[in-house]
Amino acid sequence: MERIVTRAGIWFAIMLLAVMAAAAAQDSGFAAHMFIVAIAALIGLWMTISKPDYSAIARGILRMPDDPSRYDDDPVRWGVIATVFWGIAGFAAGLFIALQLAYPLLNLEPYLNFGRLRPLHTSAVIFAFGGNVLIATSFYVVQRTCRARLAFPALARFVFWGYQLFIVLAATGYLMGITESREYAEPEWYVDLWLTIVWVAYAAVFIGTIVKRSEPHIYVANWFYLAFILTIAMLHIVNNLSMPVSLLGSKSYSAFAGVQDALTQWWYGHNAVGFFLTAGFLAMMYYFVPKQAERPIYSYRLSIIHFWALIFLYIWAGPHHLHYTALPDWAQTLGMVFSIMLWMPSWGGMINGLMTLNGAWDKVRTDPIMRMLIMSVAFYGMSTFEGPMLSIKSVNSLSHYTDWTIGHVHSGALGWNGMISFAAVYFLVPRLWGRERLYSLRMVNWHFWLATVGIVFYAASMWVAGITQGLMWREYGADGYLVNSFVETVAALHPMYLLRAFGGVLYLGGAVIMVINVWATVLGKLREETPMQTAAYDPAADRPLVPATSN
Amino acid sequence: MIEHSLYDFLRHLADSWVLLAMFIVFLVLAAWPFRPGARERNNKAANMIFEDKNDG
Amino acid sequence: MSITEKHKKLERNVTLLSVGAFITVAIGGIVEIAPLFWIDNTIEKVEGMRPYTPLEQAGRDIYVREGCYVCHSQMIRPFRDEVERYGHYSLAAESMYDHPFQWGSKRTGPDLARVGGRYSDEWHVQHLKDPRAVVPESIMPTYAFLSDTDLKISDPAANLRALRRVGVPYTDKDVEMAMSDIKAQADPDADAGDLEQRYPKAQIRDFDGNPSRLTEMDALVAYLQVLGTMVDVNAASAQEELATEKGR
Repeated sequence: MERIVTRAGIWFAIMLLAVMAAAAAQDSGFAAHMFIVAIAALIGLWMTISKPDYSAIARGILRMPDDPSRYDDDPVRWGVIATVFWGIAGFAAGLFIALQLAYPLLNLEPYLNFGRLRPLHTSAVIFAFGGNVLIATSFYVVQRTCRARLAFPALARFVFWGYQLFIVLAATGYLMGITESREYAEPEWYVDLWLTIVWVAYAAVFIGTIVKRSEPHIYVANWFYLAFILTIAMLHIVNNLSMPVSLLGSKSYSAFAGVQDALTQWWYGHNAVGFFLTAGFLAMMYYFVPKQAERPIYSYRLSIIHFWALIFLYIWAGPHHLHYTALPDWAQTLGMVFSIMLWMPSWGGMINGLMTLNGAWDKVRTDPIMRMLIMSVAFYGMSTFEGPMLSIKSVNSLSHYTDWTIGHVHSGALGWNGMISFAAVYFLVPRLWGRERLYSLRMVNWHFWLATVGIVFYAASMWVAGITQGLMWREYGADGYLVNSFVETVAALHPMYLLRAFGGVLYLGGAVIMVINVWATVLGKLREETPMQTAAYDPAADRPLVPATSN
Repeated sequence: MIEHSLYDFLRHLADSWVLLAMFIVFLVLAAWPFRPGARERNNKAANMIFEDKNDG
Repeated sequence: MSITEKHKKLERNVTLLSVGAFITVAIGGIVEIAPLFWIDNTIEKVEGMRPYTPLEQAGRDIYVREGCYVCHSQMIRPFRDEVERYGHYSLAAESMYDHPFQWGSKRTGPDLARVGGRYSDEWHVQHLKDPRAVVPESIMPTYAFLSDTDLKISDPAANLRALRRVGVPYTDKDVEMAMSDIKAQADPDADAGDLEQRYPKAQIRDFDGNPSRLTEMDALVAYLQVLGTMVDVNAASAQEELATEKGR
C-alpha cells in the first residue's frame, strides 16, 4: 500500500510539474506538449491506483494470456500491437503525402502541409513502426537465446510506454511545426532528452538480460541488437546537440553550423539507416529466418564476419549524401569508397540469409511467411547493391536531389524492413497468444502479393521519375541554353507520382489485411480454408533423390 | 608538396600505414572465425536457437 | 569453477562485445567529422558574410518550421547546368552561420541558395499565398496563413543569445536591440538606427505589402531575399580566394 502511495505521489508530482511548465511556456507548441505529458502522467496515476483492473483489461480486450511461460512476454505482446498500429498510421501518412505531390490541393495549411507531414510519415514508419518491432523482437529474441527472463521487468514496461510517449510528442510536434529540421532526427531538444532516457533504460534491460543469461554463447542476433542499441545512442546524442532558446520553450539551435552540421547530420542520417534499419533488422533475420526455416543459419562464421565488417564500414558512408557540396573533397571520397566496400558485407549477409534455405527451397512455395522472409532478404540485397551504386560520384551527380533516392529508400524500407517485420509479426502472434496457428495463411499470401506488387509500382515509378528529372535538369538545346524550366520538370513527373501513390495503396491494402488477420488470431479464431499446397499427391514423385555417389 | 600542413601529414599517414594496418586487421578478423578450433563451437551456437521449445 | 567466477566471465564477455562494437563504430565518425572542426581549409575565407538580422533569422525559423528543406535545397553543385540555373556554386562559408544547415536533400522544388533578389517581394507574397496563381504547374502547398499571422517571438534577444552561445558573433548591442531591429527592418518609416552598419547590406522595407502589420510573411520574405546575397562571389577577391582554396 505504501508503495502505491509513493508511486501515485511521483505521478502526481510529474503531472503538476508538467501543468506548471505548460502554464509558463514560451510558445504554444511547448505548452501543448507539456499538456500531453500531464495527460500521460494522469494516465500513469490512474493505472497506479487501479493496477489490478488494468491487467484484467489487457487480458480481456487484448486476450493476453496469463504469463505461463518462463519468459516475460507482456512487453513483446504490447510491442507487436504497437507495431501493427503505427504501421498502418505510417503507411497511411505516406500515401497521403504521395497524393499531395500528385494533387497539391490536398495540402491543408498550416497543419497538414507537405512540409510538416513528411517528417510525420518518416518518423512514423522508421521510429514508430520500425522501432516498436525492434524493441518487441529484441525482447523476444534475447530471452529465448539467453534462456533468461527479461532483466528489470518494470524498466522494460517503462521502455515500451516511454517510447510511445516519445512517438506521440514527436508526431504532434511536427504538426505544430516543432522541428530541428534534421532529417530523421526532427524532434526538438526536450523530446530528444526524453528519448535518451528511454534508450538508456532499453540498453539496461537488453544488456541486463544478456548478463543474467544461462546459455554460455551470445547468439549473433544479440550482437546485432547490441550494436544497434549502442550506436543509435551515440548517433542520437551527438547529432542532437543543440542550444535551447529557453528551458520553457520548444525552439533550439543546433550546436554546429554549415559544413560541420551537414556532415554530423548525414553521419547520423545514413547510420540511422545503417544501424536502426539494417543492424537491428539483420538481428531479426538471424533469428526468424532460421526459426521459420527450421534449420540453422547457413554459416555462423560468415555471420561473425558480416557483423564486424558491417558495423565498421557503415559508419563511414555518411558523406555520400553530400557529394559535390561544399563538404571537403577528401570526406566525399572517403564516403564513396566506404559505401562501395559496404556492398560486400551486405551481400555476405544476404547470401547467409538466403542460403539458410539450401535444401529446403520448397518452403518458399508452401509457406507464405517464409516467402515473405526470403523476399525481404532479396530486397535487402537489391537495395544494398543500389546504394553503393548511387554513392558513386558520377551516378550521384544525376540521381541526387531526385526521386531516385526516394525510390531507393523505399525498396529498402518497404521491401526489406516492411516484409521482415510483417513476417516477424506473423511468426510471433500465434506463439505469443498461445494459438494453434494464424487465423489465415491465405491472407498472408494476399498480403505478400499486394506488398510485392506495391513495391514494384513504387520503385519502378520513382526510378523513372528520378532519371527523368535528373536528365531534364541538365538537358541543353542546340542553342546552348537549358531546355527545361524547373517547373516543366515538375509537371513531367505527375504520371509517375500517380503510379507511386497506386503502389502505396496496394502496400497499405496488404497491411490492412494483416491487421484483420492478426486481430482474428488474437481473438482465437481459425479460418477454415484449403491448405496452400493444392498439387495432388503423386506417390511416384515422392522418393528420395538419388545420391550422386551411388553410380 | 612543399608546405607540410597537418592535413597533408594525416593524409599521407592515412594513405600508407593506416591503410596497411586496417588491411591487416581486416584479414585477421576475417580469418578468426575460421580458425580450426572454432568449427564445433560455431555449429553449436548456430543450433542453439532450436534447443529451447518454449516459443510462446 | 564456482558460480560467481563463471558469472564474472560471462559479464566480461558482453562488456567486451559492447566495448569492441562501440570502438568499431566510433572510428569512422571520428576520422571523418573531427578534422572538419580544425582543418583550416574546411571553410574558405570570403568577404561579406554576416550573421542574419533578427528579422531574417525569424524568417529562417519559419522556413525550418514549415519544413521547406524537405523540397528545396540550398546547395548549388559545381555543374554547368546548376550554375546556369541557380547561380555560382555554393561556398562552405555561405552557411557558416546556419544553425542548423539547410542544404536539403531533395529538389521537389528548385534550389533556393541564391534566390535572394531574383524575384520581387510581391512575387514571393503572391507565390507563397497561392503558388498556382503565379506558376500554374506548381505542386507547392499554400502558405496564405503567413500573411494573417503576426510575427510573435516571445523574446528575440533570447534567440540571438542562444545563437551566440553556439558561435554566431552577435554583439551585445545586436542582442539588446533585437526587438527594435525586427520592427525597424520591416518598416521603412521607422528609425532603423545603425541597423545597416551592424548588418551590412541589410534590406530595410515592408516585405509583405501590408505596412500596418508585422507578419510572419514579412520575416519569411526577408529571409528569402537575403539568401545568397551576402557574398559577392564574382568579386575579384572572392575569385582569388576560390582559386587558391584547397581540398575541394
